[in-house]
Amino acid sequence: MSTNTAHTPQERPAHPARAARGKGRGRRFRLDRLGPLPWIGPAVALIVLVVLWPVYEMVRTSFLKISVSGFVRGSAGLDKYRQLFDDPDLGSVLLATVVWTVAVVTCTMVVSLALAQLFHQQFPGRRLTRWALIAPWAASVLMTAVAFRWMLDRTAGVLNTLMADLGLIDEPKDWLGDPSTAWPWMMAVAVFVSLPFTTYTLLAGLGTVPDEVYEAARVDGTGTWQTYRLITLPLLRPAFLVGVVINLINVFNSFPIIWAMTRGGPDSQTATTTVFMYQLKNNDIGQSAAMSVVNFALVVVLVVVFLWVSRWNKEEA
Amino acid sequence: MMSTHTTTTAGASPATVRPVGGKASPRRRSARAERRLRPRTLALAAVAWLLAITFLLPYVEMVITALRPAGELRDATYLPDEFVWSNFVNVWRDSNLADNLKVSLLVAGGSTVLVLLVALPAAYYTARIRFRGRKLFLLLVLVTQMFQPTSLLVGLYRQFYQLDMLNSVWTLILCNAAFNLAFAVWILTAYIGSIPVQLEEAAMIDGLSRFGALLRVTLPLAMPGVVTAVVFTFIAAWNEFVMGLTLSTLPESQPLTVGINNFIGNYSVQWNYLFAASVIAIVPVIVLFAFIERHVVSGLTAGSVK
Repeated sequence: MSTNTAHTPQERPAHPARAARGKGRGRRFRLDRLGPLPWIGPAVALIVLVVLWPVYEMVRTSFLKISVSGFVRGSAGLDKYRQLFDDPDLGSVLLATVVWTVAVVTCTMVVSLALAQLFHQQFPGRRLTRWALIAPWAASVLMTAVAFRWMLDRTAGVLNTLMADLGLIDEPKDWLGDPSTAWPWMMAVAVFVSLPFTTYTLLAGLGTVPDEVYEAARVDGTGTWQTYRLITLPLLRPAFLVGVVINLINVFNSFPIIWAMTRGGPDSQTATTTVFMYQLKNNDIGQSAAMSVVNFALVVVLVVVFLWVSRWNKEEA
Repeated sequence: MMSTHTTTTAGASPATVRPVGGKASPRRRSARAERRLRPRTLALAAVAWLLAITFLLPYVEMVITALRPAGELRDATYLPDEFVWSNFVNVWRDSNLADNLKVSLLVAGGSTVLVLLVALPAAYYTARIRFRGRKLFLLLVLVTQMFQPTSLLVGLYRQFYQLDMLNSVWTLILCNAAFNLAFAVWILTAYIGSIPVQLEEAAMIDGLSRFGALLRVTLPLAMPGVVTAVVFTFIAAWNEFVMGLTLSTLPESQPLTVGINNFIGNYSVQWNYLFAASVIAIVPVIVLFAFIERHVVSGLTAGSVK
């Protein structure tokens, strides 16, 4: 630890020009003349070309009349937005998206806090069990979702068989055919695939809490729960916030889970905005673009909130 | 995103980057814990092992189904009477799996190389030099991290449709690289920032150019960060689904994930083929993850928490 703290001053972006002496100074000036362009130019170009251009293209498409085969048939004005807001499914899809995001992120954070606390302890096989925890992160989300769909299959699904054998259900059920049971299962899968990243982020956060702090608490006779609430949780806040934000963005944009398990159906009854957008894309790309723009506006709101929170986090940390 | 954190809160927070070093003390503690197994430790271990098994179950079931004979596929049994390899043979013969595998390898490999080529200089410059527009650049990276391809699908589709670049491996390489760039820049900036600049200066006084110092002093020290960035990018591109689904419409130009999704028809699903293909797809990822497991925590510590 002590060597690390000694490094801290250099972690601030270095000022080689001021710090460098002799020969180094001359080199620095040659680099300066080139400026940042050759260094960061390619990165900026890639971002502009593949991330920012589609934003423009998406907004433009939402004002166009485009045939199914892709030909532009002139301007649609605000028609696509009017069509979208008149769609009887939109309200329930938006509501479902909010419920989905809030429920999945909340469950993920709570379970991850417990998991991180557990896997931070020392016990035999810690390395192996931690390794198993990574599995849902390493496998593609699509694959995990498909595996769950198969395990919930009405006739051959192993979860149906297991629950029937344990006496939890009388007969195998078509869990994904009915929105009221499909939602909880899909949320469970979303939590399942979000746990590894979140737990590892929190584990990293726990690792940065110096042992001395806990020793001091023990000397002072602080109880276990009190130590957790008064010491661990506050020190974990930066990691926790990173987890919340990344999960909010991921879960809000989540597509493969629902797409693989129900395709958003029946109709749009198990669709979030992203799935709804994809359902619309096949019939009317203009309306789909309008949905994307609305969706994107929500993402921008999330990003602004994040910037605001991270500033607040920084000031108080 | 986190790079803003990393550089600005470095002084304020007690946390510091521990690229590879800080491993010794937990290991010592674990040795001590293993010598005397108290009931509490045993209980912890039991819970952890149970959880670990639960986490692996869906993938175990995936392997079991891939090895199930076609005739037993719809039996409600936990294990088939016999395990067969025929699903692997048949799926390889009857589907576009070989093409999909090639596309996935090209896309994941290509985008990883591209990300490294683009992110490394950017991260080095951002970590070392306070240039005008540095904050703006970091904000751009942060915003990219937040904009996921899913929310831009329609825009991406229209853009590459108009460029006549649908069904192209290059399109998928560009897209995967662009959306994984932010993470690589963020983690590499954090790593390079944690390497004392004096080491480079010393090398430069000894006659190396700045570029030489970067290659021969900084890069080797930043290797854990580079490895983490490479593996994360490769796995993200390998597992990517939505862009492949949208930007590649021909079966032979689709990546593996989309190929797997194709086994889900409107009315029936070829489960045994689907999972045989999935097992094939998951092997490289397991190998890579086993390779970097110990870097994951230190990587996240460097990048996100500070």
